Amino acid sequence: MKAEWINPFLEATVSVLKTMASVDPVPGKPYIKQGTSATGDVSGVVGITGDTEGSICITFSRSSILFIISQMLGEQQVEINDEVKDAVGELTNMISGDSRRRLEEAGYHFQGAIPTVISGHGHEIKHITKGPILSIPFNTQAGPFTVEVCFK
Amino acid sequence: MAYNVLIVDDSQTMRKVIRKTVSLSGFEIGDCWEAGNGQEALDILRTCWVDLILTDLNMPVMNGLEMVKELVKDEIYRKIPVVLITTEGSEPRIEEAYALGIKGYIQKPFYPEAIRDTLLRIMEAPHHD
Repeated sequence: MKAEWINPFLEATVSVLKTMASVDPVPGKPYIKQGTSATGDVSGVVGITGDTEGSICITFSRSSILFIISQMLGEQQVEINDEVKDAVGELTNMISGDSRRRLEEAGYHFQGAIPTVISGHGHEIKHITKGPILSIPFNTQAGPFTVEVCFK
Repeated sequence: MAYNVLIVDDSQTMRKVIRKTVSLSGFEIGDCWEAGNGQEALDILRTCWVDLILTDLNMPVMNGLEMVKELVKDEIYRKIPVVLITTEGSEPRIEEAYALGIKGYIQKPFYPEAIRDTLLRIMEAPHHD
């Protein structure tokens, strides 16, 4: 995976959450993830095709996603229900779309598939390709979430 | 002036967010209906007077472009301004949508100001129909 592909995902994540939920996530140090277990309680995964193939996953801790969706909808959320899962899918779609737009400005062309949402403590994430999984941890005032990017 | 708005998006959450954002932006909404796809939107149009349609592009059953193609076939529906609100950034599809007659395009994620400015520009144009 090219190093210049990392920033668009990082910037898109910050931009989408700031615009849609008035949340300012703080990125941590990226690392290569081992294994398939999700670090969060609910995850959105979307396949990417184009100049290369891969997938993006955004995995949220319970506290962070309830805070983010409460901010987004202007209604207090207390459980990971269908509405919250629907919102995770939309956030994943927007982060994927915004990342792809930023990559396009750098001359790379990608298309995104329809996101799937998986929930449950300790669930597993299956990325489409077998490449290394780059994890970018983020923190919010309500807890952490992680963006995973995996390309061939 | 308040306008009757139809929001078309397969995500219930996104319909709620769009409705909230449009209200927050200062654009005055009269009645507001929601549809989960283009076909549901066409069904609503048969019984409700709509001034403005805000629609996503990618939806099951009938997507946004297919819905616009149906709208332009009808003498009354073709006069309703349609604005795309979508993550889709593919230029050919957006160009196709404009060629079919949409009046505006707002990319997700969006700020309330972007929505207000686009909607006011369209609805306050001298002959928006």
